[in-house]
Amino acid sequence: MTSPTSAPAPRPDRWTAALRLYGGAVFLFIYAPLAVVILYAFHTESIIAWPLRLGTLRWFTVLADDRGMLLAAWASVKLALLAVLITLVVGIPGAFVLDRAEFPGKAAFRQLVMLPLILPGIITGVALLSYVSLLHLSLSSGFPIVPGWPVVIAHGAALTSVVVTQVFARLQRVDRALEDASADLYADEWRTFRYVTLPTIRTAVLGAALLVFTLSLDEIAVTFFLIGRQNTLPLQIWGLLRRGITPEVNAAATLIFALSLVIIVWWSSLTRDPTASTP
Amino acid sequence: MAERRSPDVAVAPTWLDRVRARPRLRTALTAALPVGWVIATLLLPYLLLLVQSFWRLRDGAITHELTLDNYRRLFGTGLYPRTILYSAGVAARVTIASLLLAYPLAYLLAFGGGRHKQLLYMAVIIPLWVSYLVRAYAWKIILGRQGILNGVLMATGLTHRPLDAFLYSTTAVVLALTHIYTPFALMPIYAVLESIPRALREASQDCYASRWQTFTHVTLPLSLPGVLAGATFAFVLSMGDFIAPQLLGGNDSALMVSNLVWSLFGVAYNWPLGAAVSVVMLVLTLAILWVAGRLEARWNLTGARVSAPASTA
Repeated sequence: MTSPTSAPAPRPDRWTAALRLYGGAVFLFIYAPLAVVILYAFHTESIIAWPLRLGTLRWFTVLADDRGMLLAAWASVKLALLAVLITLVVGIPGAFVLDRAEFPGKAAFRQLVMLPLILPGIITGVALLSYVSLLHLSLSSGFPIVPGWPVVIAHGAALTSVVVTQVFARLQRVDRALEDASADLYADEWRTFRYVTLPTIRTAVLGAALLVFTLSLDEIAVTFFLIGRQNTLPLQIWGLLRRGITPEVNAAATLIFALSLVIIVWWSSLTRDPTASTP
Repeated sequence: MAERRSPDVAVAPTWLDRVRARPRLRTALTAALPVGWVIATLLLPYLLLLVQSFWRLRDGAITHELTLDNYRRLFGTGLYPRTILYSAGVAARVTIASLLLAYPLAYLLAFGGGRHKQLLYMAVIIPLWVSYLVRAYAWKIILGRQGILNGVLMATGLTHRPLDAFLYSTTAVVLALTHIYTPFALMPIYAVLESIPRALREASQDCYASRWQTFTHVTLPLSLPGVLAGATFAFVLSMGDFIAPQLLGGNDSALMVSNLVWSLFGVAYNWPLGAAVSVVMLVLTLAILWVAGRLEARWNLTGARVSAPASTA
């Protein structure tokens, strides 16, 4: 380490080295626990204990045969898709009115829509639970077509902010002159929207949809209070964790990790869209 | 792309044209859905929570009589204030630990990231997308009685018997929450470091400031809004957490304020009292965010947008 380098290297000094070492350690702190979870998915014993014995895919087949887990996964996917649908239908017009309309209560609307994102999830959860129970709405209503209307509405309500903020941020960067030009060329409003506005916000909309999908799939705090008789995937796993655990949970976690990775790579390729300057 | 012009046929104005001709009506129609939705699914539930915190529980049934009893009980006994203080203490430790981990890494990525800067940044952010539960569960495997930590300690001969001290403790909760929220803290710090004009740091060096002086006199002061935003995220999120404490905290976990709310809305069945505790949490959270927002605005000299958690929730 103290060996004198003959070439005039660009400041390979002790501070930079220490900083790199520290940064590497933080990376390790972030990733090692995830690696542990994944490695134990291939553990040959059924008790998760040291030492790790790698070498089986048994837990993935156990998972594939676990009816409770599969039903929960299916419920989660349905819930997430419905959440995407609701948040897009409500959030896109929401972003537009924030960007280009003035109306009384606009500031309040902007603050309110953000609340579920900044408040602890449990507060939104118990507020919605109280509301649903005051309205005498059954938590299982709509089951088995949906996991329950209350939880669908709750996810829609909690995640609308994601679409609003993402699409709003894009609209702020859109050059309004383009739309004016389109109007000058006698395009009607629908055509201007279809051929000018929509293409500019398309990637933001898709990115927001992916984000809502992932967040909905992972949501626990709000879901816990509003779920009917059909568990979502995180709640099912949480239930397993509070009882005995086998590497089956790790197998599920590994698949979730892989799925998240695919979605984020997709998402980041969207946000690196050349029309969008990096935030 | 050539726009084809549609042949404009003069027809009597339809109701749609009449709507178009009136901008205020148009705005109202566009705003109706999002505003109505937010009122029906967020404003009313939050208001109900506030109202419910003044309702009385009589013989296990919620009555709509107004009372201050819930708040009297909340502040009259030591349990609730102590719980709030304990949660704030856990959150404070998580915040400090997250900042200590995140700041140097953000600094390294922003100024020494080189060509792979963006990729490295993504690598730090990815775990935010990976199931919260998976990240909490990882610590159960590491810290458990038969966990990796005990395994390593025994293999190296430091102990002969597995120690139970790691899991089900406040330290386990702090460790897991730090792991979960460090990337959150890193995001705004990185954003603000990135926005510091290169010329400022170079000017400082041209004035013969040492690297340490440049850091303490230029970089650190300019990055304070990001540090504040990161600290706010970490504090608010970990103070309101109830899942990691329940998985990893053992008996201590009952002392987190969210776990109290959880049990008041569950087994303890006292929704009005639970609502009162929630309202206190809500007010505390909003107060923290408000103060942080004011300070951020005052300290923000680089124009970086740090307060909006743009890419993650």
